[in-house]
Amino acid sequence: MAAPRKPRLAVIKFASCDGCQLSILDCEDELLAVAGAVEIANFPEASRAVLRGPYDLTLVEGSITTPHDAERIHAVRRDSKVLVSIGACATAGGIQALRNFAEVGSWVPLVYPTPDWIQTLKTSTPISHHVKVDYELQGCPVNKHQLLEVVLAFISGRRPFLPSHAVCMDCKRRGVVCLTVARGEACLGPVTRTGCGALCPSYGRGCFGCFGPLRGSANTGSLSAVLQGHGHSHEELMRLFRTFTCGAEAFRKASELHEHDASESHERP
Amino acid sequence: MSDRRSRNIKVAMLARVEGEGGLEVRVRNGRVTDVKFRIFEPPRLFEAFLRGRRFTEAPDITARICGICPVAYQMSSVHAMEAACGVTVDGPLRELRRLLYCGEWIESHALHVVMLHAPDFLGYPSAVHMAKDHAGHVTNGLALKKTGNAIVALLGGREIHPINVRVGGFYRTPTKRELHALVEPLERAREQALAMLDWVKGFEFPEFERDYEFVALRHPLEYPINEGRIVSSLGLEIPASEYERHFTEEHAQHSNALRGAKRAPQEGDPGALKPYLVGPLARYSLNFDRLTPAAQQAARDAGLGPVCRNPFHGILVRSVETLWAVEEALRIVATYEPPDAPAVPVEPRAGTGVGATEAPRGLLVHRYRIAADGSIAEARIIPPTSQNQRSIEDDLWKFIEARLGLDDATLTWQCEQAVRNYDPCISCATHFLKLRRVEG
Repeated sequence: MAAPRKPRLAVIKFASCDGCQLSILDCEDELLAVAGAVEIANFPEASRAVLRGPYDLTLVEGSITTPHDAERIHAVRRDSKVLVSIGACATAGGIQALRNFAEVGSWVPLVYPTPDWIQTLKTSTPISHHVKVDYELQGCPVNKHQLLEVVLAFISGRRPFLPSHAVCMDCKRRGVVCLTVARGEACLGPVTRTGCGALCPSYGRGCFGCFGPLRGSANTGSLSAVLQGHGHSHEELMRLFRTFTCGAEAFRKASELHEHDASESHERP
Repeated sequence: MSDRRSRNIKVAMLARVEGEGGLEVRVRNGRVTDVKFRIFEPPRLFEAFLRGRRFTEAPDITARICGICPVAYQMSSVHAMEAACGVTVDGPLRELRRLLYCGEWIESHALHVVMLHAPDFLGYPSAVHMAKDHAGHVTNGLALKKTGNAIVALLGGREIHPINVRVGGFYRTPTKRELHALVEPLERAREQALAMLDWVKGFEFPEFERDYEFVALRHPLEYPINEGRIVSSLGLEIPASEYERHFTEEHAQHSNALRGAKRAPQEGDPGALKPYLVGPLARYSLNFDRLTPAAQQAARDAGLGPVCRNPFHGILVRSVETLWAVEEALRIVATYEPPDAPAVPVEPRAGTGVGATEAPRGLLVHRYRIAADGSIAEARIIPPTSQNQRSIEDDLWKFIEARLGLDDATLTWQCEQAVRNYDPCISCATHFLKLRRVEG
């Protein structure tokens, strides 16, 4: 009897830092076993042997920022049985989504002396704004153990099993003293999805939201009120919500409210 | 079969590099008439959106330029900010930064040597394919990489985009006991680095030397990572703050691309520019005397002299630097005394600061102008791959002409290998390089 065909894996990059796909190569102990369980059909960062689609599982890193990429993602979707977007860029637009709050035309000359040659969109958007996405794995970068779980789940035909509680809960479980309550520090832990195990608070700094907002239950208004009570300004809170997952709706809206209130307080005599 | 004396070689998507780039070579009548190392990684506009952010945010934000060398971005940015604010970080905090950076060198070099570059020398499309015949060497390299990552994770909190680096130092510093846990893996890493070098020195290397102007940091006592003056093999010696007086970005008409270049004013041509080389070859050739005795001996045993001008030997030099970084990490771990505080206070003041450090791929320069309130008014980031872009093209230009007898597939692969000599990081280079090439 012939051996069953191995699932074909593709890893495709859009605008990003490469860190999330590097997480695959950072699974030093598991890499060769995973490579043995799948056929690496299209993973340019790791191999020059690129096979044509279709692929059983495609991991997509990066956000859509150029007209060309807005086309290319549709071809990737057509070639993919299951498409999983990985990381803050692919799931929320990444740090480059800061352009969504500005006039990108005024930015290009700050970087490039000949702006006319730069083809870029006004926005940086997640993959799900362009094509159907079967699963999203958050994180800036993704947690490599979660990434392994996602790959193993999809190649064995099941849904991944990943926690979805708040970072705040991890602090309680680990016995990390609350930075906001004890020291008045700004922390996004109550509204941010876990994935890091409360890494920043355990190092004594507030969470800055790498894994994005909790799905459906991120009470940013309440958190903002608490943090303002500790003396944090609207400008500071706007910046806090506006980093690596600033394109995620809950954080975008919160940052816009603070931006609005900051400009109001400037206008007041 | 096509006419070998006139042909085009095109690599639409370079594999085993970080980021998206391609290659185009045009040959006419036995002469190379055009070489283009194309970058089509999309722009992310870091230098624009850094404006208005707090000076303390630069290390976290600029780390996101590159997932392979985030520590380099964090280190150049904190040094630039501290220079702007008139603060020097010394003692154990300085040592911990150096240790963190050693971790990144080990991790990045082992990745490149074993996973990205070695397959070229042995004729495999990837390290996974290579592992079927060379499992021991791949496993050895992965173990080495894991130890580098373990250092970054211990000091930085995680391997990619560490969270523990701040302007002034760290958020939390390790105890002696925590650091001591690295001794055993580092002792093994020393053997693994020697084994890696022993393996790669047996590869076949093309006879190919280039007369580069090397540019790297040089420190009075140390092999350079975080500090030193910028020196060149032609006698330049300047503080980092003068970098932009001597180096610039070239806007070459033939390719319409921005590339790093050294100002070389001549009589009748005050704006003349020339290429230069940063990275392991430059660092090694300008600082061989600063390597540990064991690293120097290992280099000699691998057939290297104190200066290395063959870009294909980059895999040897990276292996030597890996061994050096392991030994330096062991030294720091052994002599570490925890600091009184995890960071020194840094108050913003209006001013400009430049930070230049040695990323695994070479000199990485950050310049920031900050306002009195601590907001960033201007940011400039010059990554190593941008600086090397012209040398990459010049290498190909000279390399190909002597090899026009090869068939297309072989020559294409060798061209790719010549680009991978640089371990190019296109994700880094792109916020700064032009993306759409105007044909003509």
